[in-house]
Amino acid sequence: MSTTISDSAQTPETGTARVKRGMAEQLKGGVIMDVVTPEQAKIAEDAGAVAVMALERVPADIRKDGGVARMSDPDMIESIMDAVSIPVMAKARIGHFVEAQVLQAIGVDYIDESEVLTPADEVNHCDKWAFTTPFVCGATNLGEALRRIAEGAAMIRSKGEAGTGNVVEAVRHLRQIKNDIARLRGLDHHELYAAAKELRAPYELVKEVAELGRLPVVLFSAGGVATPADAALMRQLGAEGVFVGSGIFKSGDPAKRAAAIVKATTFYDDPKVVAEVSRNLGEAMVGINCDTLPETERYANRGW
Amino acid sequence: MTDEAPVIGVLALQGDVREHLTALAAAGAAARPVRRPEELAAVDGLVLPGGESTTISKLAVLFGVMEPLRARVRAGMPVYGTCAGLIMLAEKILDPRAGQETVGGIDMIVRRNAFGRQNESFEAAVEVKGLDGGPVEGVFIRAPWVESVGAGVEVLAEYDGHVVAVRQGNALATSFHPELTGDHRVHALFADMVRTSRAPESL
Repeated sequence: MSTTISDSAQTPETGTARVKRGMAEQLKGGVIMDVVTPEQAKIAEDAGAVAVMALERVPADIRKDGGVARMSDPDMIESIMDAVSIPVMAKARIGHFVEAQVLQAIGVDYIDESEVLTPADEVNHCDKWAFTTPFVCGATNLGEALRRIAEGAAMIRSKGEAGTGNVVEAVRHLRQIKNDIARLRGLDHHELYAAAKELRAPYELVKEVAELGRLPVVLFSAGGVATPADAALMRQLGAEGVFVGSGIFKSGDPAKRAAAIVKATTFYDDPKVVAEVSRNLGEAMVGINCDTLPETERYANRGW
Repeated sequence: MTDEAPVIGVLALQGDVREHLTALAAAGAAARPVRRPEELAAVDGLVLPGGESTTISKLAVLFGVMEPLRARVRAGMPVYGTCAGLIMLAEKILDPRAGQETVGGIDMIVRRNAFGRQNESFEAAVEVKGLDGGPVEGVFIRAPWVESVGAGVEVLAEYDGHVVAVRQGNALATSFHPELTGDHRVHALFADMVRTSRAPESL
């Protein structure tokens, strides 16, 4: 064939911003589930998850157990990578760039620099541009989201209180990010410089968001989703997809609940579908009221 | 041919739907998301986006669009699949997950994630047969390749010795994601296929 490329002519470029952000674009409209064993990973994949987050303990157990929460055992992460064909994500501590290097060396598909683990650095996050593996980071507002994107995050998620089964914080974060973006849209170009200063974010990114009317990367919800209606709520509030942590495997019938949350995430704007999939799911995870959580146990405060 | 813009749907169960809608609009089509059989019935052509092929396949079966979609593809509706969409258009997957179904439409066998995991995802220039203006920027994300094709399938592009773009009749598929690049030539090619296919009824 005349147009066949000669193999030597091309040097593939890996780890580009487009490849990293583009990976998250492929996850849109989907559900990413926390799993702690290969068996759970298979249940998640069979239920229609677009990716799994491999970790040793779900956030609800991290909360219960206390102590320092760290990156999971590479053996355990690899056993999950072997069990499923969908992308596998794993968590590194905030600022712990060596844990991130290890996760990249194992070959995970996405690294979550996560406040659910105990932070390793109280000032700095990882320089995520230095990695081939893309990063997802949490944010409670637009300024925080843009600081993470400036550091190289290719995907943003809310920081709803993980492990509580209470969606209230994720709702707050998504509304905040949305309102912050709406406010930028209303500013003229003179005002964007002061806005960047207030947001403590680079001007170029602030300008880009003001023009796009959205983040330049994919925005997911994370934290507190326990029911199909929770997932649909987050989608209607503007999340492009949903992370579900403890909500599935801390419930009575994980396989059924996982499939129900997947369906509700796709048909988030169709109450009939959400109603249908909400029937007879068994017990949801118990949940914790966030206003009874002491400040020191609030994960959303971690990250700077 | 008619001057009216062809109506092209994007299967919106999961994946990079918005990018395809934008690219199709830029290519002169009236683009709209499709999730239900009645929405499928109202389009002249359909894009199967990138995403997770296992997830899209399951949701398509669950929500009753798989069968109508197969019927329309068999009847000659133009379809274009990128990445996961290419897998959906294959008659056979080399390494399918349990219960993973495809729409079919192109006589080919595909290998999922053939280029590797995310760390191996890459960009490279790809020459596509039939497109003027030089190579396209190929964005390959955990991309599949085409392992083998039947006699009726035209190979449009290869990369590193592997088939990454094919066409059979009204069905077009690429391993890579033109919708992520801002270069709308492949979408324009598909929009032309849709215009041509609906021309007989329109006249």
